[in-house]
Amino acid sequence: MASASIPVYNCSNNPLENSSSQNASRESLKMEPLAVTLLPGEERVIDKDIMYICPFSGPVKGKVFITNYRLYFKSADADPSVTLNVPLGAIGRVEKMGGASSRGENSYGLDITCKDMRNLRFALKQEGHSRRDIFDILFRYAFPLSHGLFLFAYLSQEKYEENGWSVYKPMEEFRRQGLPTDKWRITFINDNYELCDTYPTILVVPFKATEEDLRKVSTFRSRGRIPVLSWIHRENQAVICRCSQPLVGMSGKRNKDDERYLDVIREANGTAKLTIYDARPSVNAVANKATGGGYEGDDTYQNAELVFLDIHNIHVMRESLKKLKDIVYPNVEESHWLSSLESTHWLEHIKLVLSGAIQVADKISGGNSVVVHCSDGWDRTAQLTSLAMLMLDSHYRTLRGFQVLLEKEWISFGHKFASRIGHGDKNHADQDRSPIFVQFIDCVWQMTKQFPTAFEFNERLLMTILDHLFSCRFGTFLYNCESARHTNEVRSKTVSLWSLVNSDSTSYLNPFYTPESSRVLYPVASMRHLELWVTYYIRWNPRIRQQQQSPVEQRYMELLALRDEYLKKLEELQLTDSSPNSSHLSNSSAPNAASPTQHITHLHTPF
Amino acid sequence: MLSSLGSAGGKSAKPSFVSYVTPEEIKSEKEPSRKEKHPDLLPGEVVFCSASTVLKYTQDDLSQRGVFGALLCTNFRVSFVSDEAPTEETGQLFKNKLYGENDIPLSCVDNIYGGYEDKKKLITGGLVKNKYPSKMIIHCKDLRVFQFSLSFSKEEDAKKIFQGIVHHCLEPKSLRCLFAFSYCENTSYPEVQRKKQTVMFDSVEDWIQDMKRTKGNCRVVSENSNFELSPKLPQFFIVPSNVSDEDLTKYQGKGLPMWCWSHHSGCALFKTASIPLVQEDNVPQTYMEKMLTAVAHNHLYSVKTEDLSDTLPAVQDILLSYNKFKQFFLIDNTTEFWMSDMKWFSSLDNCGWLDIIRQCLQKAVEVVECLEKENTNVLIMEEGGSDLCCVVSSLVQLMLDPYYRTLLGFQSLVQKEWVAGGHAFLDRSNHLHLKDKAESQSPVFLLFLECVWQLQQQHGPAFQFSETYLTVLSDSVHVPVFTTFLFNNDSHRDNILRAESPHTQRSPLNCPTVWDWSVQFDCKAQDLFTNPLYSEKPKQDTSVRKSYRPKHLRQLSLPSSAFKTPPKKGFFKDEADNLKKILGVKRLSRWMLSPSSESPQTSSSVREFYEAWQTKPLDYHGLLLPCLDGPSIRVWMQRYLRWIHDVQILGGGPVAMLSKVSEILGEVQELQRQLDRHGCTLTSNHKGARPRAKTASVIAARSSVRLSSSFPFVTSRNWLFKPAIPTSLLQSLMVTGMAGNLADREDDGGGPESLV
Repeated sequence: MASASIPVYNCSNNPLENSSSQNASRESLKMEPLAVTLLPGEERVIDKDIMYICPFSGPVKGKVFITNYRLYFKSADADPSVTLNVPLGAIGRVEKMGGASSRGENSYGLDITCKDMRNLRFALKQEGHSRRDIFDILFRYAFPLSHGLFLFAYLSQEKYEENGWSVYKPMEEFRRQGLPTDKWRITFINDNYELCDTYPTILVVPFKATEEDLRKVSTFRSRGRIPVLSWIHRENQAVICRCSQPLVGMSGKRNKDDERYLDVIREANGTAKLTIYDARPSVNAVANKATGGGYEGDDTYQNAELVFLDIHNIHVMRESLKKLKDIVYPNVEESHWLSSLESTHWLEHIKLVLSGAIQVADKISGGNSVVVHCSDGWDRTAQLTSLAMLMLDSHYRTLRGFQVLLEKEWISFGHKFASRIGHGDKNHADQDRSPIFVQFIDCVWQMTKQFPTAFEFNERLLMTILDHLFSCRFGTFLYNCESARHTNEVRSKTVSLWSLVNSDSTSYLNPFYTPESSRVLYPVASMRHLELWVTYYIRWNPRIRQQQQSPVEQRYMELLALRDEYLKKLEELQLTDSSPNSSHLSNSSAPNAASPTQHITHLHTPF
Repeated sequence: MLSSLGSAGGKSAKPSFVSYVTPEEIKSEKEPSRKEKHPDLLPGEVVFCSASTVLKYTQDDLSQRGVFGALLCTNFRVSFVSDEAPTEETGQLFKNKLYGENDIPLSCVDNIYGGYEDKKKLITGGLVKNKYPSKMIIHCKDLRVFQFSLSFSKEEDAKKIFQGIVHHCLEPKSLRCLFAFSYCENTSYPEVQRKKQTVMFDSVEDWIQDMKRTKGNCRVVSENSNFELSPKLPQFFIVPSNVSDEDLTKYQGKGLPMWCWSHHSGCALFKTASIPLVQEDNVPQTYMEKMLTAVAHNHLYSVKTEDLSDTLPAVQDILLSYNKFKQFFLIDNTTEFWMSDMKWFSSLDNCGWLDIIRQCLQKAVEVVECLEKENTNVLIMEEGGSDLCCVVSSLVQLMLDPYYRTLLGFQSLVQKEWVAGGHAFLDRSNHLHLKDKAESQSPVFLLFLECVWQLQQQHGPAFQFSETYLTVLSDSVHVPVFTTFLFNNDSHRDNILRAESPHTQRSPLNCPTVWDWSVQFDCKAQDLFTNPLYSEKPKQDTSVRKSYRPKHLRQLSLPSSAFKTPPKKGFFKDEADNLKKILGVKRLSRWMLSPSSESPQTSSSVREFYEAWQTKPLDYHGLLLPCLDGPSIRVWMQRYLRWIHDVQILGGGPVAMLSKVSEILGEVQELQRQLDRHGCTLTSNHKGARPRAKTASVIAARSSVRLSSSFPFVTSRNWLFKPAIPTSLLQSLMVTGMAGNLADREDDGGGPESLV
């Protein structure tokens, strides 16, 4: 148990699992049965005797297998056995540790930094360049794009009952929101990604705005990301619009079209004042003027109020998570844990993001339309709009609805997953990388903690999403925007993560879920209630008990089973009681397919 | 925060607050009925003074909004009676029968502050001459905060009520002035019923039974039943069988090892008050060695001693730390709250309260390891022997013995270790505000409850009682009605109760104990004391008394631990007594010499012990160990955050989940009853164990009230549907200083490329 526990990649229900990788699996069977089943399309590349320097239980001898998808390590004789199962996509950095002449035990080997909050160290024999082949192979396969290879998502042959690519259909989603209306129309102006290459093809804009207006506005918004509708409140018609910063610049440029366009948004539901939420701290917004950006000035945008939400940029977030990793891996900081936690600022950032989203949701509930932007409108903006939508619209709190939310606000609107995660790219120090999406999922987790009955999905879904954010096994999070996904034929050549999830949806359901459709969910954005997501960030530490189910959930399931059992028994008893032939108890009566609720109503009939 | 109290100046000024009635209206109309305005007084309760037209601010904002009413001070409480007609008591399920939401029992008053224009001043008692404050802020020991404006009352009334409250809450008083005595003289409680439930450890039978239950083999001492041996010793107690009669009284009980609990292996836990070592005199040392040998003799001639005075914080440090800690929750207004939110984690860290909790739990785990893994006797000691000894010994028993995790078992444990064990409840809570006792005040019992809460949080299904139960118990310490918390030890209790008895010749005054929960709560409310996650051990007799049998105790041990058969008594006695004695003493001296130098080692050994335990499947009816890592020790949210409006999660919190469990549990129990009626025998153990457990969900359904995270303490009548938005976010991040230029940088490398 001293091993680092591994995420479970459940593919055993896949009928095709062994067919396409005969070579690999037959070979590995010959040598030693691999405890892990290879995915269809997964092929063994190399295996090697190696020493895993486990930070929890010390050096462990064993064998490492590298496939085109994963690094798998199994201890030879340690008891309890130690296994590692790391998708190569989760590897951020591979380095050589020590040299041929290094002294000390286990000083020669590999040092692997992962994107999922752990580091791995392997030691090899010092003689004969023993690590050269494994290093080269790992380096190539962990960073395939840097070596002209395909990401595993393009090699995978996985088949699922459900097709996850059909989860999100923009038109359907807009129709669900009640769009179009007489104030809002659907436009195909971006059909060829000409208006904005990082936006989706289908956009919702004010009815009054002509295509020409949109083009004019796009020249005044960073990267052409014009304000478009994300969500509309069914009753009060207040809308959440998202966009990028206006290109005000040092000279304080104005754009009449942009000003008019925002006013049209305000007018649409008769709001007296449009609230513009600039996610950035005001100093940053001001500083952006120097590079041509900026914010909506009070004097230029009549009928609009500007609120800064003080959320910091991607670099600050990256450093914050790095600090967090320092205090939880491999060992949890012992002295002054809370002060250390505070000094990472991670939860403080979470608080700011959440309270920003609360303000957006509150404004909308009050009937006021809002426009949300940051600099480019694909990081903080996506966090704010999607969290506010999660608070406002219970549909997004269902298993399917959450997938739609991610597909819509994050994937289709161009959160730069490829740059932020660095899929298949060896450049670990790339300044574009940042855990913005991880931070968003953490915010969602905080909400599920505060409202344990409001979400149809469970923590496992969130963990699975984060695992496959890195794994490159599915096409869902690949590339920076829809146009790039289109060019690279993601939908036809890769499998969607939602295929995996929806083919086994019961594993991702929260048994406590109680649908409450009309309710706005306001989490408390106070440090008192925010907690570190221990089961994610500290999950590699064996001292953090990994419970399959929370005790509450376990107890609940037990009771549900017991209730069904009793109902069945009672049904049987009533059958036998009413049967003229048998006067004694019998447990062989025919199984009844009626649902529990029917049983209950049945019980009330006197006899 | 007080600077905003613009209205507090004079009566003539137009009040800037929003209220339901204007002061003028009250004066003219309500004057005649003024006399009637008092709470329903309890038996023996007397009103000392009162004032009308007092404004009670609604706690949660700066808007100066409030409710007018009368403020009274009785011999039991400070009470505010609203002028408004009592609203429909929706969802007021969890009503305390002794005091309402606007009542503060006198001993529950923690601090009183006077608001003078823009200053807030701590009132320390004594006569406040001339200048009485226009505003009175009361911080309660149960963390409630009340703010009253006195500027609308008649000046003399205001002065009187202020001085009255200050006097009765803060001035030294005699024990007989505590409300319990006038209350009990005017009420009677059937003692018989209570006796059937919680084991009170006030009879020799109770002690014998507990020792038998744990298969202990020590000597029960009943010679002190009338305190003939010493008033400092408990009425009944158990010592190692080798302790002689004359040893009992030698140092007034100091150094005498008191049995706490026997492990199934035969080793046992003892506690004692340490003897101050006088240098020139060697006698105490010899006595101590004799006592240690007696303990060692209990099992395998081994004993480990632990002087808690050396390794755990002193009671004064505990008080200091708690005083800092509680300030985070005594919130006067919203702004203050959000300001403190920024540095929440480091403030929490700096006050050290969680660390003290961790240390106590860790010490308990160390003792558990000795008993469970090494099967060695343990003697814990400290000066007095009734503070941290009680904390540690109770925790050890909770971890090792599932019986104490039942509700009645837990109450019996408190009786055994704390009440009979002579914890000086009166001095530690300083109900009497005696100046010379100020030093001895310390929330040691609360510290214990905090530790229990941590255990319960980590291993919910192992405990029959709920978080709410613990919170209520922690509140009850400050309700001066229960004999449980009013005395310093057995003889003190006995003396006072006898002296106070109306029938001097006969039985002592019959006062309720805190375990008579019906004094405070009706049956429905008491349902919230049980934990819906708890499931009893299958095939175990439901009657607690009967389930004492050693049968299930055998299952306590770790599967891995080597089970040593306890040697038959006297096995070594004849042949090697001397040798063993030397051996014993030798070991002892080693342990005694280096208590502190050992600690780093024990910490890692505790860690190993925990890890070994953790790899085994978790048995909620077996040994239970707490995880002591940083993220695992947490703040008792229910107790500390329940009154703070801004952190209520409406419709959320753990109660949302637990009420669903309760709901299903109720259904299952109903089905069981129906099946029972059919004469069907069930193998399951859910039978009638927790009747009407679905209270929370029923309330939610019936009154269509949405439960909040502070259920059941705050009823959700006045919920604003506005979310709490943290104020002063701007200053909250110190990132610019920390991360240097990172914060100023552009998200994506250079500037927007579309620009020239």
